[in-house]
Amino acid sequence: MDTEYPVLGSKEHQIVYWEEDIDVAVIGGGHAGCEAALACARLGMRTILFAMNLDSIAMMPCNPNIGGTSKGHLVREIDALGGEMGKNIDRTYIQSRMLNTAKGPAVHSLRAQADKARYKEAMKLVLEKQDSLWIRQSEVVYIDTKNGSVSGVLTAPGGYYPCKSVIICTGTYLQASCIHGTYRVQTGPGGMQAACGGLTDCLRDLGLPLRRFKTGTPARVDGRTLDFQKMEEQKGDEHIVPFSFENSPDAIRRPQRSCWLTYTNERTHAIIRNNLHRSPLYSGDIRGIGPRYCPSIEDKVVRFADKERHQVFLEPEGDHTFEYYVSGMSSSLPEDVQRDMLRTLPGLEHVQIMRTGYAIEYDCIDPLALDHTLQIKQVKGLYSAGQFNGSSGYEEAAAQGLIAGINAALSIKGGDPLILDRSQAYIGVLIDDLVTKGTNEPYRMMTSRAEYRLLLRQDNADLRLTELGYKVGLISHARYSRFLRKKEEISQEIERLENTCLSASAEVNEFLNSLKTSSIRSGVSLAELLRRPEISYGDVIAMGDLAAIERPHLDSAAGEQAAIQIKYQGYIEKQMQQVEQFKKLEQKLIPQELNYEEIPSLRLEARQKLSKVRPRSVGQASRISGVSPADVNVLLVYLEQYRLCKK
Amino acid sequence: MADQYNGGPAIAAISTPAGTGAIAIIRISGRESIEIVDAVFQPADKSSLRDSPSHTIHYGWIVDPQTQDSVDEVLVMLMRAPRTFTREDVVEINCHGGAYIQGRILELLFQSGARLAEPGEFTKRAFLNGRMDLSQAEAVMDLISSQTDLSLRSSIHTLKGGLREKIDMLRGGLLDLMTQIEANIDYPEYDLEDVTLDQIQKTAAAILEKMEDLWRTAESGRLLKQGIKVAIVGRPNVGKSTLLNALLREQRAIVTDIPGTTRDTIEEFVDLGGMPLHLVDTAGIRETEDVVEKIGVDLARRAAEESDLILMVVDAGMELDGEDRAIFQEIRHKQYLILLNKTDLTAAHSADEFAAILGDPQAREHILAVSAKEEKGLDTVESRIRKLFFDGTIAIGKDPLISNLRQKEALRRGIAGLRAVLRGVEEGIPQDMIMIDLTDAYDALGEISGHCVKDDVIQEIFSRFCLGK
Repeated sequence: MDTEYPVLGSKEHQIVYWEEDIDVAVIGGGHAGCEAALACARLGMRTILFAMNLDSIAMMPCNPNIGGTSKGHLVREIDALGGEMGKNIDRTYIQSRMLNTAKGPAVHSLRAQADKARYKEAMKLVLEKQDSLWIRQSEVVYIDTKNGSVSGVLTAPGGYYPCKSVIICTGTYLQASCIHGTYRVQTGPGGMQAACGGLTDCLRDLGLPLRRFKTGTPARVDGRTLDFQKMEEQKGDEHIVPFSFENSPDAIRRPQRSCWLTYTNERTHAIIRNNLHRSPLYSGDIRGIGPRYCPSIEDKVVRFADKERHQVFLEPEGDHTFEYYVSGMSSSLPEDVQRDMLRTLPGLEHVQIMRTGYAIEYDCIDPLALDHTLQIKQVKGLYSAGQFNGSSGYEEAAAQGLIAGINAALSIKGGDPLILDRSQAYIGVLIDDLVTKGTNEPYRMMTSRAEYRLLLRQDNADLRLTELGYKVGLISHARYSRFLRKKEEISQEIERLENTCLSASAEVNEFLNSLKTSSIRSGVSLAELLRRPEISYGDVIAMGDLAAIERPHLDSAAGEQAAIQIKYQGYIEKQMQQVEQFKKLEQKLIPQELNYEEIPSLRLEARQKLSKVRPRSVGQASRISGVSPADVNVLLVYLEQYRLCKK
Repeated sequence: MADQYNGGPAIAAISTPAGTGAIAIIRISGRESIEIVDAVFQPADKSSLRDSPSHTIHYGWIVDPQTQDSVDEVLVMLMRAPRTFTREDVVEINCHGGAYIQGRILELLFQSGARLAEPGEFTKRAFLNGRMDLSQAEAVMDLISSQTDLSLRSSIHTLKGGLREKIDMLRGGLLDLMTQIEANIDYPEYDLEDVTLDQIQKTAAAILEKMEDLWRTAESGRLLKQGIKVAIVGRPNVGKSTLLNALLREQRAIVTDIPGTTRDTIEEFVDLGGMPLHLVDTAGIRETEDVVEKIGVDLARRAAEESDLILMVVDAGMELDGEDRAIFQEIRHKQYLILLNKTDLTAAHSADEFAAILGDPQAREHILAVSAKEEKGLDTVESRIRKLFFDGTIAIGKDPLISNLRQKEALRRGIAGLRAVLRGVEEGIPQDMIMIDLTDAYDALGEISGHCVKDDVIQEIFSRFCLGK
């Protein structure tokens, strides 16, 4: 039998047996892998998801929450496109909060604490139940290609799965090592087995640009050893907003858990400073590139030496465990130092560590090697998503997984790819940033990265993307009809507010005065009143009722949409004009075979960068660092010449 | 592709070569160019371009719509798409050649909605709209890259050192504010100091005030290192620095009685009744053994060579010597005026006699009598310069003029952005929306100083604040 099947790759992996043909193999069962596999299977692809350990499916090895600023936007976008993350956190949240409510609607951000165990269990069940999807505990060690296209994958035990597409979602598992103090061990996150069976070599042999990144996580502690009396309580919201547009608040209401806030102090900092020499970050033992936005506590103490205290949040990890996540104390200091520094925090004097904080290093790809569909440019049918692409965060991973999954399936089915641009979605910003600008540290989504964030609100993700999700085939007919109804309601409500006049009655003026806004002398439209900063949509409704103005019964989300669109009309229109400008260059596509070396008027640096990134549009080209406005103009003229020559 | 270019946003630029000719042509192309010109053009026959047939010529005046001041008497050519150079609607304004006038007309066009054409943009549009032969593509691309290069270089040179610092300081102030706002948005739960609307108001108002100051200096021509380059030459101690100071009406150059104290050239910018003058006071042109002074003399000679107009200062109380004659020989083929200085003291000769001594009868009409010390006769000097300038006899280079306009335009946008910020604060608009206008203002300032870094704010957030799990 050994002689019958060939060996593969420089590592001479032996094919032991042949499996049935499939369409898509997803490598990894984290947040990217789950969305990728579900999207493929739901689009009718025969799909297998491989994970090092099936208990690691949808695992949250770091913070126990989903969402937050800009990440919450990503989750709602995933939901609008037909992904699973929003639904799954709605099933398993133990606290829900809308952040930034004191600021404008564009930056309101939804965040939920998850019951980690239930989150992954629920997601695993969704995968199990999904038709056309199989999940398999096995390590993929080799990706086979023929003529530059994916042809199959081989697992460590020797099973060969012929397939058309592969989606790499290896997260932080590839050649992973975890480090605290001088202790270094070759494991993936949370002590899971690392993927060291040869996939890295295979990818390197395929010519992919690999690199090594680093991230970290704080300790988990025993809640029974915490004194919450000494901390500030942070409760969940009374009125919750579900992540999924398919859920109503009432349907998912449940008792919520609290998080707790405490602070570091000078004693904490002294312990850290006195033990810096024992940190692998400072001894040079860790060379991977870590994220700026997620610094370890030792980093914070060194870089912000004059800050007297740092916030620390204690977050429950679930309903059926005493474990708490110590947010703000990410560290790779030795265990004894971690223990000693934690015990200086008010409320943690007697704390018992359950899991030590650690830094983790892993192999990933330079995302400039990808195109906007998240396909690796050099190998047809090879896609990648999540932390392997140099991002960080569950939500960033899930968003990429969904897009990679959709595009892998669409490519096999022969449809147009799904590419979201920067004016459509945070997902578009995320992917465009990664594949255009690349990243030198694990990339985190931030609202400040989105140029058109007033248009990319979390509340209107469905209005922006449901249509696309429906076209792709991930949104059901029933959901689409409900969506169209909501859209109709919004435009009717806008029309009603614009065209309904409120006359200057004593009652109305009394109400206006109570809101500390000027009274009206003659009839004013409801929309006009709503544009006043002091007046909310609820106030307008109340005044309408005072004047006995009839109004239709509306879905509250539809009313909210109508109100936002009226209230911030000026700013929204301004951004829409900017988007119109932006789209012009975005729609000028560049033929992929273009040889930039043949355009002598481009500056050398521009020629090199363009050859590397191979932008899909002139718009993307303009965002590459090192491509000047003059280069863009030269490119426009060259493209026109090229087009005419082709004719 | 061509369709998208047909009717691009209106662009305007001076399309005649820099600094020459009594007449200049300003070209406008693109969507609404006809309406834009209509807004600033009053035809003698009271018609409007909008209602006129294509390929017609109209006589009238360019008038500032705000002040109703007449700027210039012009001929306007109306050419409707597609039979035009760019295949878009094109209007060409034939105006007088003075740079000041060209600049004013361009500014009025910008105020009415046109924007300054990028280098090579008319040609680019002509090409993209299929107006040109395919074989010309290479030339168009070369034109774009070389002209951009040129304008980039000239715009960098036109920034006065102090101005760059000022702009950078203002940008720094804005960046600081933006970083605080953004950090608060992205990290709402961290104990960062909340940015209050009051704080935004104060910072924005302070920066706006400084920008408006800059705008006023820009209006009076001091924003950029440009203008009509006027060199003040003459042998030592004839009163060049005193003259410069009189023109500036401020004591900047060292004025002493020791020959050769002006070791280096002193450069100043002055607005002479709407004319931007770039005054260069040179060290005395003198053959000398003094090494340090020799550098000064070299500088002086070079400045004289590069100038648009030379003011030769002569001490009226002294006989002309060989040096004076040598200097005169250097400048007589350029645009020059000879200023007989120190006429407050006894003059050695009359203007006619000086002309005769110089051996050039034509020199007589270039000679003006002044007293720099008592500020007498300066009005005559000013009006003579103005005449030379407005009839186009002397002109400044086009590139600095263009970059000046570009920078002024950016400054105007920056000011508009900050005003919108203040309006937003007044109306209690959420901070994340105010950021839209703050970003506009910040980007506009960046254009002036030539910065265009996009990720400034994110960089700043992480270097200034301690954030993250």
